[in-house]
Amino acid sequence: MLTVLFDGIAYGMLLFVLSAGLAVTLGVMNFVNLAHGAFAMAGGYVAVILVNRHGVPFFAALPIAFVSAAILGSVLERTLYVRVYRKSHLDQVLFTIGLVFMAVAAVDYTLGSAQVFVELPAVLKGQFDVLGAGIGKYRLAIVVLCGLITMALQFGLARTRFGSRLRASVDDPTVARGLGINVGGVFAITFAVGSGLAGLGGALGAEIIGLDPVFPLKYMIYFLIVVTVGGTSSMTAPFLAALILGIADVAGKYYVPTFGAFAIYTITIAILIWRPQGLFARAAAR
Amino acid sequence: MPYALETIGLERHFEGIVAANNVSLAVKRGSRRALIGPNGAGKTTIINLISGMLRPSAGTVVLDGRDITKEPPDERVRLGLVRTFQINQLFAGLTPLETIGLAVSERLGAGADWWRLVGRKPRVVDEIVDVLERFGLTDVMYERTSDLAYGKQRLLEIALAIACRPRVLLLDEPAAGVPETERRELLDMIANLPEDVTVLLIEHDMDLVFSFADSITVLVNGTVFVEGSPDEVARDPRVKAVYLGEALDA
Amino acid sequence: MTTRQPGEHKQEIADHLASRADWRPFEIAFWLAVLATIFLLPDRHLLLSQVAILGLFALSLDLILGFAGIISLGHAAFFGFGAYLAGLMAKHGIVTEPVLALLLAGVASALLGWATSFLVLRGSDLTRIMVTLGFALVLRELANRMVWLTGGADGMQGIDVGPVLGWFEFDIAGHVAYVYSLAVTLVLFLIARRLIYSPFGLSLRSLKDNPRRASAIGIPTRRRLVAIYALAAGYAGVAGALLTQTTQFASLAGLDFERSADVLLALIIGGTGYLYGGLIGAVIFKVMQDWLADLTPQYWGFWIGLVLVLIVLVGRDRMADTASHVGASVVELARRAVDSAVGRDRPAEGG
Repeated sequence: MLTVLFDGIAYGMLLFVLSAGLAVTLGVMNFVNLAHGAFAMAGGYVAVILVNRHGVPFFAALPIAFVSAAILGSVLERTLYVRVYRKSHLDQVLFTIGLVFMAVAAVDYTLGSAQVFVELPAVLKGQFDVLGAGIGKYRLAIVVLCGLITMALQFGLARTRFGSRLRASVDDPTVARGLGINVGGVFAITFAVGSGLAGLGGALGAEIIGLDPVFPLKYMIYFLIVVTVGGTSSMTAPFLAALILGIADVAGKYYVPTFGAFAIYTITIAILIWRPQGLFARAAAR
Repeated sequence: MPYALETIGLERHFEGIVAANNVSLAVKRGSRRALIGPNGAGKTTIINLISGMLRPSAGTVVLDGRDITKEPPDERVRLGLVRTFQINQLFAGLTPLETIGLAVSERLGAGADWWRLVGRKPRVVDEIVDVLERFGLTDVMYERTSDLAYGKQRLLEIALAIACRPRVLLLDEPAAGVPETERRELLDMIANLPEDVTVLLIEHDMDLVFSFADSITVLVNGTVFVEGSPDEVARDPRVKAVYLGEALDA
Repeated sequence: MTTRQPGEHKQEIADHLASRADWRPFEIAFWLAVLATIFLLPDRHLLLSQVAILGLFALSLDLILGFAGIISLGHAAFFGFGAYLAGLMAKHGIVTEPVLALLLAGVASALLGWATSFLVLRGSDLTRIMVTLGFALVLRELANRMVWLTGGADGMQGIDVGPVLGWFEFDIAGHVAYVYSLAVTLVLFLIARRLIYSPFGLSLRSLKDNPRRASAIGIPTRRRLVAIYALAAGYAGVAGALLTQTTQFASLAGLDFERSADVLLALIIGGTGYLYGGLIGAVIFKVMQDWLADLTPQYWGFWIGLVLVLIVLVGRDRMADTASHVGASVVELARRAVDSAVGRDRPAEGG
């Protein structure tokens, strides 16, 4: 059971890193970016290609995945996304779904439709035996890494000037602009970082949740769940939401194999019925 | 039942701010009550609470002796409590004819009719025309609401409330934003409201307040400050102080 | 304004209101063209029945998206539900006559819509996207697991559908299928059209325009939304049932996200909020799909995605404006052509 719990935590933290960017995008610009998974996929494939085909060390491939996804995010944001910010949610949904379709087909065309795996370095293979439970080394690495990233994000948000500008922009973009904060610039940077994080998550997750061209479509609902349940007004809420969902999903699939996959959906729907604005969001609606 | 509308200990808190603090109003049937106070006093909050758009943190709202605190806004309208909005809340894509038609159909119970076409019930059309004529909107009734002049929109805003045949009418700053030239029309409309309709009016325009109201409640910081006839309130030095001298007190 | 008798005035207004529902020339032309395809394109009937089905499906989505403003990414849930129900009824001989089975599937889907309407009543657009998507995924997963009922990933085999109304056997060339699908679509369209011009329809438009004011004038917004959502679910279920009956097959594809996305795209292409968007969009979509599938069979998703992106970038209202200008010019040209052909001299149009 400890293993299941641990696996759930690892999965949850991975989900969080993957979804963090989406939470901020939604919070700052009220923009529904269903194509978020495409950036994760980009980072994942970059890492896979570098490690498998060019022998780049895994630990070096991770930051490269982050940077490539961040650059891709930046470019797309400045060229395409900016034109869609002021449009209705429906238009945003249509636009980003269109992007996802294009991304999925493009990857399928160039890299094939088979699922790909990363060749892990030896140090990350295998398990530790802790209290009679098997703790996968790779999952442990994920927990550690994602934990560090989360702490860095929290620090950045709470302690840096950029962080306070970002929090102000999320709270009330109009007032933030009035205070002289360049909300558009804040957003551009945040979008890039968020996409980068997604890419990093995609690279990390390739081994655990698999990577194939339909990844953005498969996992879209998971990111949305984390963001909707956790709300967008803080970092801790989506983190907790991701953890809960990760554990629920892994535990559900393990203990109740036939219907375990439903655990995550049922919990989500139940939470959203109870509190449509998310589990932890403040009662004051925008 | 002497009171058409009552609030008892109405309270509303927002994250540490008390927008409404133990507000108890009692408005007699047929009376014209003005609710005045400096900006931010909580007047619109009270209207929102009474009309059901906001849930009170505490207290009750009573309409003709019936507790409506738990009723949703649309039910309150069916019970005869209707409000207007300070900033026009109209249906941009509909024409005044359609807008008024909507309210009248709804009231006459034809709102859920999905088979008969709009316009085929003579009673409905009669009433629509009646309202449009009374508010002088017949010359623009076929135009899109978003194309209308502000003054006409404002008239439509109030006409829409009247089309619901309210027993209690809540007017939230009806003259707000209306240019001087179109004010007269509007003010006449308000003065000519049927006598059996009870009116609670929020206004900043003191001319309108003192010419229209038969009783006044002054709200300050979410609390009832002074209540009385227009003369009493006009002469009360505390009221003057509140409007002019808050800076001095602070 | 000229002085009139009060009675006259009222009649004029009543007529004006009722005239909203008059059939416009474009509508008559549209349906005449559609009916003509029965006789003029006999070798395309199989494809055309798919177009009709998609059109009905898109129409059902228009009811909630275009008229009530509810964004749903999981409308396929009702489509697939209806599809499977029709399959089950035929396969197990519960109801062999297709029209009756269709009605039952529609009613059942409407009930499902009614039961799940609470999911879309609360919360923001994002919440709605989420729960509709989630619900469709749950349904799909359920269908996937219950292999004994649905045939799982292989789909439901052995569906034997009886003749329509006991008379018209489904033929290989798809003639019966097309006329059947078209008839169903037309009937349901007419009902929807009636609804749109009724007080109920007007209240829906107001709901979408300004939900706050709608409830402030006594419209029970929740009840109306539930009603239209259930109706739309019923329509979608009928479309799904039609698919099963005309193809003698039901599968998970009916519940796929791709299905929900396709129908959304078809509706967007045709335009929301005027009832014909779903039908017109379905035609364009299927033509596009056919053409693109020939070009790049595997990767047509790319082109569809591109179309979506372009539509949004160009702007849907700009497209709609252009379309109506083009349409108006076409009508004007046609009129002039007819006039000159008939040798009529038209006096200059006043105003």
